Amino acid sequence: MSVFVDKDTRLIVQGITGREGTFHAKGCAEYAKQFGVDLVVGGVTPGKGGTTHEGWPVFNTVEEAVKETGANATVLFVPPPFAADGILEAVDAKVPLVVCITEGIPVLDMVKVWDVVKSSSSRLIGPNCPGVISPGKAKIGIMPGRIHLQGSVGIVSKSGTLTYEAVYQLTQRGIGQSTAIGIGGDPIIGTTHIDALQVLNEDPDTEAIIMIGEIGGSAEEAAADYIKQHVAKPVVGFIAGQTAPSGRRMGHAGAIISGGEGTAASKMAAMEAAGITVVQTPSEIGEAMARVLGRA
Amino acid sequence: MKIHEYQAKEILREHGVTVPEGEMATTIEEAERAAKALFDAGHSVVVVKAQIHAGGRGKGGGVKLARSLKEAVEISRQILGMQLVTHQTGAQGQKVQRLLIEAGSDIDRELYLGLVLDRASAKVVFMASPSGGMEIEEVARTTPDAIFKEYIDPAVGFAPFQARKLAFKLGLAPTQVGEAVRFMSGLYNAFIETDSSLMEINPFITTKDGRLAALDCKINFDDNALYRHKDLKELRDVAEEDPLEVQASRFSLNYIKLEGNIACMVNGAGLAMATMDIIQYAGGAPANFLDVGGGANQEQIENAFGILLSDANVKAIFINIFGGILRVDVLATAVVAAARKLKVKLPIVLRLEGTNVEEGRRILADSGLNFQTGATMKEAADLVVAAART
Repeated sequence: MSVFVDKDTRLIVQGITGREGTFHAKGCAEYAKQFGVDLVVGGVTPGKGGTTHEGWPVFNTVEEAVKETGANATVLFVPPPFAADGILEAVDAKVPLVVCITEGIPVLDMVKVWDVVKSSSSRLIGPNCPGVISPGKAKIGIMPGRIHLQGSVGIVSKSGTLTYEAVYQLTQRGIGQSTAIGIGGDPIIGTTHIDALQVLNEDPDTEAIIMIGEIGGSAEEAAADYIKQHVAKPVVGFIAGQTAPSGRRMGHAGAIISGGEGTAASKMAAMEAAGITVVQTPSEIGEAMARVLGRA
Repeated sequence: MKIHEYQAKEILREHGVTVPEGEMATTIEEAERAAKALFDAGHSVVVVKAQIHAGGRGKGGGVKLARSLKEAVEISRQILGMQLVTHQTGAQGQKVQRLLIEAGSDIDRELYLGLVLDRASAKVVFMASPSGGMEIEEVARTTPDAIFKEYIDPAVGFAPFQARKLAFKLGLAPTQVGEAVRFMSGLYNAFIETDSSLMEINPFITTKDGRLAALDCKINFDDNALYRHKDLKELRDVAEEDPLEVQASRFSLNYIKLEGNIACMVNGAGLAMATMDIIQYAGGAPANFLDVGGGANQEQIENAFGILLSDANVKAIFINIFGGILRVDVLATAVVAAARKLKVKLPIVLRLEGTNVEEGRRILADSGLNFQTGATMKEAADLVVAAART
């Protein structure tokens, strides 16, 4: 049993014939193969159906790919102008797990997409995210597999590199990870902090949780409230952007303080009030988790 | 992307939303001609409005009324070219390079209309408030009940009944409601068609003779959607932006200028923010936000160095890279080559971590260049703060 990905995941790659799609399809396949998992079963590139790419069958539509391969997950490496449509196509084909890596999707496109996704049977992770990994099993995304170690700490994060940072600090201390979920830095995302916390909380393989947020919106405050009410597992938290000026977008489309909402101070205060061990700098994430687990 | 008020009003006009008559001017002659046309058309008052991207222009002395052509010219002389300081510009202010010369309105009530993305519901929300002329954040803090909201179903769009609800809540007269529905629907259409991320009409006014108009308008576009709006892209006024940020945007570098003296070069937006934070935590002040991206190569690192070194405040450089897919040794090689090529003299502190980190550190040590490395982010931050002080 694992969160989102395991040995039964059969993954297709939308945009498999592109440069990014090819590179990361191989990365995902190779990572899973170490653990005897045959993860990637094919890909989709409209107009290239019937061909093979790097040994994988390519289909014109997601529907066809699902029918032929029995895929139950898809990952999108589709350029921003076409990514929203790609998500809708995956949802239409009833793929249970849709992971969208693409950064730069217009937000009004995501408003429409989310309206469809929320009433579907699909779970969307991202967009603008590194994906999801369960170390020792499989990964769907662009994270470097080799820095991970199988274990019992679950991670949920808006930021890719900060997730790697946290993972690396844990691995260096010999503390493994159950599942790391990059939820993405966009204003509208399919899986929120709360959604991810809920699955990690219910996951028997997860003993403790790291939650990484950043300025913008109020999802971390809502997540802190959720943790207070529902999560008994220990949580270590960090928020990036304590020095970010108001009204400026800090790289991620969603990372902006506007009208006094979305500050790091507000999020950190809410998390502390919820009993989360909040660290001041990302350097301390691994150490704080080691202490929480009694392994410092 | 931000645009000027006069540009925003042009967009409203194209969508059938009433705005006062007016024209943009970049010289005194143009301002005079525009003011004369308005007085000749029978308007008794003309408003001269500084066009800068920051808010709070009125309080800063950037918006004034003129009752004669002579007065309009005098005021234009005062405002055009002035360094306008508002609560959003910082102490140095922003130079006024454009004016909007507009017909004065006989204001009865000042209201507020706004369209914005609501993240929690993942919907566009239409906001209205009778407290116009104030900042909506201030209204939200002091009298949250005075903000009315309608969440818009993306499949249906903004329905006329929603506009009617807002119009009646604003206390508009029954004779004004039909016009208000057209006005608000026009705003919604403009918001959607331009892929805006924010649209504010503050104030939205009623005149003494019962008409409605957008007296001011602020529009921000979604940068991610600009690829499909070539016409809107042309509205960008780089004179309103920091020159280093403009230069960085040409290299597709995600750079934001800050006030401190420690330059940062980081991969990943989250880590870049966290790097700024840890510099402050160590007692220093970051000079910028800079995300060089996950696939930083030598050319990008050279470009990034170029930007960082152009900031005269910078006393030291902090390079914080986590090598994931891209290996640390490859990054270290690129950093050494770029620093050598650009003959970087400032102290550079690096914190490199991740795949092939030992090889990366060896490359730095063997380079003969003046690099310091920190084993952890905290240690590197302490080193760079100390380096910036000497």
